[in-house]
Amino acid sequence: MLEVQNLSMRFGGLLAVDQVSLDVQEREIVSIIGPNGAGKTTVFNCMSGFYRPTGGKILFQGKEIQGKPDYKISRLGMVRTFQHVRLFNSMTVVENLLVAQHRHLNTNLIAGLLKTPNYREREKKSLERARYWLERVGLIDLANRESGNLAYGQQRRLEIARCMVTEPRLLMLDEPAAGLNPAETKDLNQLIVSLKEDYNVSVVLIEHDMSLVMDISDRINVINQGRPLASGKPEEIRNNDDVIKAYLGEA
Amino acid sequence: MAANNVRHAFFSALITLIISYPILGLNLEAQGISVTLTGADTSTVIAIFIAVIVVFVFQLFRERLMDRVRELPFLSARAHKEPMAENKRAKIESWVITGIVVLALFWPFFVSRGAVDLATLVLIYIMLALGLNVVVGLAGLLDLGYVAFYAVGAYTFALLAQYADFSFWMALPVGACLAALFGLVLGFPVLRLRGDYLAIVTLGFGEIIRILLNNWTTLTGGPNGIGGIPDPTLFGMEFGRRVKGEGNTSFHDTFGIAYSGEHKVIFLYLIALVLAVFTAMVIRRFMRMPVGRAWEALREDEIAARSLGLSRTAVKLSAFTIGAFFAGFSGTVFASKQGFISPESFVFLESAIVLAIVVLGGMGSQIGVILAAIAVTILPELAREFSEYRMLIFGAAMVLMMVWRPQGLMPMRRIHIELNRQE
Repeated sequence: MLEVQNLSMRFGGLLAVDQVSLDVQEREIVSIIGPNGAGKTTVFNCMSGFYRPTGGKILFQGKEIQGKPDYKISRLGMVRTFQHVRLFNSMTVVENLLVAQHRHLNTNLIAGLLKTPNYREREKKSLERARYWLERVGLIDLANRESGNLAYGQQRRLEIARCMVTEPRLLMLDEPAAGLNPAETKDLNQLIVSLKEDYNVSVVLIEHDMSLVMDISDRINVINQGRPLASGKPEEIRNNDDVIKAYLGEA
Repeated sequence: MAANNVRHAFFSALITLIISYPILGLNLEAQGISVTLTGADTSTVIAIFIAVIVVFVFQLFRERLMDRVRELPFLSARAHKEPMAENKRAKIESWVITGIVVLALFWPFFVSRGAVDLATLVLIYIMLALGLNVVVGLAGLLDLGYVAFYAVGAYTFALLAQYADFSFWMALPVGACLAALFGLVLGFPVLRLRGDYLAIVTLGFGEIIRILLNNWTTLTGGPNGIGGIPDPTLFGMEFGRRVKGEGNTSFHDTFGIAYSGEHKVIFLYLIALVLAVFTAMVIRRFMRMPVGRAWEALREDEIAARSLGLSRTAVKLSAFTIGAFFAGFSGTVFASKQGFISPESFVFLESAIVLAIVVLGGMGSQIGVILAAIAVTILPELAREFSEYRMLIFGAAMVLMMVWRPQGLMPMRRIHIELNRQE
């Protein structure tokens, strides 16, 4: 469903991403790994429309999307999280989820002012959807708290729930396990697998936690210094000499 | 610690002296064509030095004094009180507000004409501030040229009345919509700007409108302004002594009461009251709607908002447009109240005052903004004797606010959407 062909991103003299290709099928978890500064997040930023790539193509469900504005890409069903959690901190947990459903809601101002039946219906539906996902990620008891006051692990889960209420086809997670303890990482592991199994969402994952990556990925792409280094199934990557070299340095 | 206190107190006293002596202690006197600098009366100089000593002593013992104040029974009782439950407080609040509005409806019949006139002005400022609150407080876009939309509303009514014989009620929606259109047009080029840059561009826009009005003499009459703006009518009844419009009757004849100039003033006040309540209610409603949440989301974290499919363009433009709409609203009322407008009513200072109201009241807080609008409009009227020091007092009040209550008089309490648990 997603195909990235020869993606390049140049910042002035720096070629941050050079000819990276990857593809994601329906109901698949694909990981992007690589040492720090390898260009993983830059690939993400190109895919989600934050950057306009300087070369290459990105096809989502057969349509070219490179260079489209970010909000349009997200409306197509490609939604991302961030390396550093980005919530609307002064809003409550449930309001964070309502904002995300903006485009499902009736945004007609007059309908809202008059509280037409249609408007109420949609407002109710989006609250229901928010309730469902809060229960799913175990935050229902905190629904009316300010999201800025949540613990870090809870904020991470809320961010994923916020993506899910938009009903995406493809979820892009940028280091979702960063800052989580082992127990939380395990929960996250189960959550991501369930997103794929139960909600038919494909996942692209950037992650440093190798146990998580090896556990849940269907395929892995390794990037080093902006260039693709290897790609394949987890066990292939584990035994790939180039990858070991890149991570551990030459012996 | 003690040495630190003494030093701090000394500097505070010195600053008091530096600020107050040139302002109060020196006079410029014209003698023929030359201007000479003379010292003020001995009493003034003594007063200045007393003030300096008071500041010194206060700063020296400030901490001990503050501890004493905190121990006062009625203050400490308040500090330990439990906060009220959210929904209980909301209920009480809505009753109090309804009560105040009802009181405000009957109040003008018992007070002087001047007071009603002033209250109308307050209501106009409340409308302006509520509108700007959408742009600055909710959407987080600093707009220094807000008065431009106010001017558009006022001039729309004045020009339509002069050239096309529009009445107040016909001009009200037209003025508001035209101001909203200007908001939309201004919104487009400034979408990419944020913070300081946005402030400068909007400031420029405000000045452009004023200068245009000032110089387009063939249409607007330039600095001479436009007069003879009609008063609002009540179902075709006029409030003047003699009927001006065709087919209209006069209010006092219809009801068989004696003519009084007060009728018109009170009627205008009531119109302004109704429109202000309307403004507050509509904006309050917007705050709970998806569009209100989108404004706040964009203010909180633009990147996250965009990643969730919110269009920056649409959200920012809607804030600008709605803010401008209500400015146009109040502009129309203002034109009708004054009966005469000129570019002088729409200088930058007006924008600054409205912005000050929003900041003083607490960004995003409707009640706070309303209270601040009342304070900022009425206090200068009460303190007419000190009118020379008006700006000084204004500035001092701002500084004090920033020190003691940086979040404003009544900081914004968000209108939460509560998720009730289903058992």
